[in-house]
Amino acid sequence: MSQRIIVNSNINGENIEFMADERDSLLEALRDRIGLTGVKEGCNNGNCGACAVIMDGRLVNSCCVMAAECQDASITTVEGLEKDGQLTTLQQTFLEDAALQCGICTPGFLVAATALLEFNPHPTEHEIRFWLAGNLCRCTGYDKIIRAVQHAAERA
Amino acid sequence: MTTTEKFRIIGTRPIRPDGIDKVTGRADYGADVHLPRMLHARLVRSPHAHAIIKSIDVSKALALPGVEAVVTAADFPDVNDERTGAGPGATTRRFLISNFIATDKALYYGHPVAAVAATDPHIAEDAIALIEVEYEVLDPVMTVERAMQPDSPILHPTMRTAEPMGAPKDAAEDKPTNIASHLQLAMGDVAAAWADCDIIVEDEFHTGTAHQGYIEPHTATALWNPDGSLVIYSSSQGIFQIVRDPLATILKIPSSRIRAIPMEIGGGFGGKNRLYCEPLAAILAQKTGRPVKLTMTREEVIQATGPTSGTYIRGKMGAKNDGTIVAAQFWMAYEAGAWPGSGVGGGANHAFGNYNIPNTLVDGYDVVVNRPRNAAYRAPGVPAPTFACESLIDELAERLDREPMDLRIQNASKQGDRRANGMVLPLSGNQEVMESLKNSAHYRSELTGSNTGRGVAMGFWHAGSGSHSINAVVNNDGTVSVNTGAVDIGGLRATEAMTVAEVLGIPYESIKVRVMDTDAIGYSTLTAGSGTASGTSASIYKVAKQIKERLIERAAKIWETDVANVTWEPDASLTGPASEDGKPKTMTFRQLASQLQGTGGPVSGHIDTGGATGGPTYAGHIVDVQVDTDTGKVTILRYTCVTDVGKAMHPSYVEGQLQGGAAQGIGMALTEEYFYDDKGVLRNASLLDYRMPTALDLPMIDTIVLEIPNPGHPMGVRGVGEIPIVPPMGAISNAIADAIGVRPRSLPATPRVLLDQILDRDGEKGVDAAS
Ligand code: FES
Ligand code: FES
Repeated sequence: MSQRIIVNSNINGENIEFMADERDSLLEALRDRIGLTGVKEGCNNGNCGACAVIMDGRLVNSCCVMAAECQDASITTVEGLEKDGQLTTLQQTFLEDAALQCGICTPGFLVAATALLEFNPHPTEHEIRFWLAGNLCRCTGYDKIIRAVQHAAERA
Repeated sequence: MTTTEKFRIIGTRPIRPDGIDKVTGRADYGADVHLPRMLHARLVRSPHAHAIIKSIDVSKALALPGVEAVVTAADFPDVNDERTGAGPGATTRRFLISNFIATDKALYYGHPVAAVAATDPHIAEDAIALIEVEYEVLDPVMTVERAMQPDSPILHPTMRTAEPMGAPKDAAEDKPTNIASHLQLAMGDVAAAWADCDIIVEDEFHTGTAHQGYIEPHTATALWNPDGSLVIYSSSQGIFQIVRDPLATILKIPSSRIRAIPMEIGGGFGGKNRLYCEPLAAILAQKTGRPVKLTMTREEVIQATGPTSGTYIRGKMGAKNDGTIVAAQFWMAYEAGAWPGSGVGGGANHAFGNYNIPNTLVDGYDVVVNRPRNAAYRAPGVPAPTFACESLIDELAERLDREPMDLRIQNASKQGDRRANGMVLPLSGNQEVMESLKNSAHYRSELTGSNTGRGVAMGFWHAGSGSHSINAVVNNDGTVSVNTGAVDIGGLRATEAMTVAEVLGIPYESIKVRVMDTDAIGYSTLTAGSGTASGTSASIYKVAKQIKERLIERAAKIWETDVANVTWEPDASLTGPASEDGKPKTMTFRQLASQLQGTGGPVSGHIDTGGATGGPTYAGHIVDVQVDTDTGKVTILRYTCVTDVGKAMHPSYVEGQLQGGAAQGIGMALTEEYFYDDKGVLRNASLLDYRMPTALDLPMIDTIVLEIPNPGHPMGVRGVGEIPIVPPMGAISNAIADAIGVRPRSLPATPRVLLDQILDRDGEKGVDAAS
């Protein structure tokens, strides 16, 4: 039988204390314990990027991080991207460029692309493709996603 | 016909109504359901591809604290050979149930055997390890070639081949088989026509088993109400046709006792046209009296859902020296998986679809093997025979020393041509697509670099149409709410709202579209077959016209005049007879909407239709590739899709369908396939090893959109979901042949396969021989 643990993290700017199973991944804790279901599960083993979050400034797949590792960590999910209730430029260009069809991959792409533009505000097409190669989208063929990131970079 | 009509909204690119929810994480998908006291389910799956289940001992699992129930097939009512339904889709209860839980035999690696519900997903996971299943392992049958041999192991002892037109069988031949059915489509006289041909090409082709690859795993949550009715939250392409009605049959309860609630759906491509999680969640919820959620892992999705059929096709095509194609023939065997129902019918119906060939013969076989039951995948069954056909045409062109596009244009089918299935082609853009492709900048560009090649292939899909029930209500603040029963899988709501805005002239933003549950709207067909955006928009077009008429009547009543004196202006205001000051009376849409109460009550529009809006769609793809001859790796350099879309309602989503479908086709052509070992164990059930294209594997995918109106649709729309996956395998294979002079006859052309062919070409030993 497994143990319950108490974890304190800053999630989307809010200090949150939550209880988790010691076997919970950060993905499970976010979705099932905290209720942040915008973070999606596509594979649970690091191969699709649907669960991407920014943890202490680094882009990670939350399915590959244990909840227990998140004591004192600062975490941003798709729910935390908006600033003062305003969509970010990337969220806006994803909408304008129709960079989503079913939308299940979108939270992961938005988080990953946000991390990319922070790290490299003016990426080339190849750099965008390279950075986003950890995120799978089955609907779009990526074309419109890449363009949405390019357009967001142009507007910055 | 209104296709010359100038549109104001149709053809623009507004933001989809559900967009903000989807970029902020607010949209609720199937797995986001969380109910009080909800239990989590996990499944025990067979580690054998073919085995008799001798016993299942669940006692240790049930003793684990937190485990609330364990179920097996025995918990379902009447697992017997009683027929369900009539006609070609009919099956037995045993077949229906055993697809999602094994009855007496495990028929593929990963076949569910038992299901557990526990208070926590980790406990459910622990519990499945405690369930002891005793198997008698049998020899698996993994390929159609083996399955069709007379001495092959048999999956279903009761199976006999269904012959075309129910042809009588010799009693002596009444023995079990893995060939579920044989179909034949014939036109002209192929056997005699070969004599008229100056050149005949013949070849054999294989395509691998591939998965739809939607990013959202299957999921369902079930809850029984105290009155004995069942609520199902589901991620399915059809809440009536796929969830409610089959579930009612399985559980033996009236369909009205089930309320299926559509959640947002994270991709389907045909793969969410089958029930897997819903019946198991329902039976566990019934046994425990608590809500139960069952969500598959990715490994389970690959092992036990989806795939499209792997195929083995023998093809033959003959032409005269002047390039006229006289005859063509296919012998096609499709993997159905462990139960009948492959895409062979679709493949046969669409074979040679871009060409007018007077003599054709297609024999198709639906063959069971120890793999998961095949599910629809975008243009089900059609990419494989198209790959074969387009390869044979390139071979003919080479032998005739003809430019490949010219040979295609010479033989293109056109309006009025009859197909082997009896269909007479209506107006559509097959020839225009071919001409446009030939004149495109891509096709005319020069190709440089070493080991580069260019290929083309055409595609044909006959889009479906279905039943729709749709309501639209005028709200008193001047907005319109549209309620539909067809799930939105990739932007459907945008086209629906645009249609209302187009007809009425009110702002697009003032229209809300909701997908209703099965208690709240009439029967609506599943979202599939490229029939939904065209079918719902044609229906909503009529609903919006009704609303317009009714509002004109209401304005006439308010103004105490005849309807003939009321004019509907393009901005949705109304003009009536002159008032005292001599100026005509006017009212905005919003003013009228606010007066509906008190002048006769609400105004709404409604339609129930089984209307036919489908029809043929055509595409042609061009691809440039570069082959690394040291490794066999193929890189896509440039890709262009030319497609007749009828009318692009929202061009961005049309382009998105074309690009996404092409990307899936590229995956099927180059990297995606199921890899089973000789014991029938699937060895690549992860998204690392089942290799779908990433952003880094693809270039931008260019689209050339032609708009030749569909005469069956009020706005000229054609469905575009399926068509883009049809040409890629043929186009890429032709490009590889152009690049290195070696024609891949087995797809995907993985580095391993291609390197063997390259070494063979160069007279060296292949990978297998060398190791
Ligand atoms: S769910 Fe974490 S990478 Fe796929
Ligand atoms: S939009 Fe469906 S997976 Fe990306």
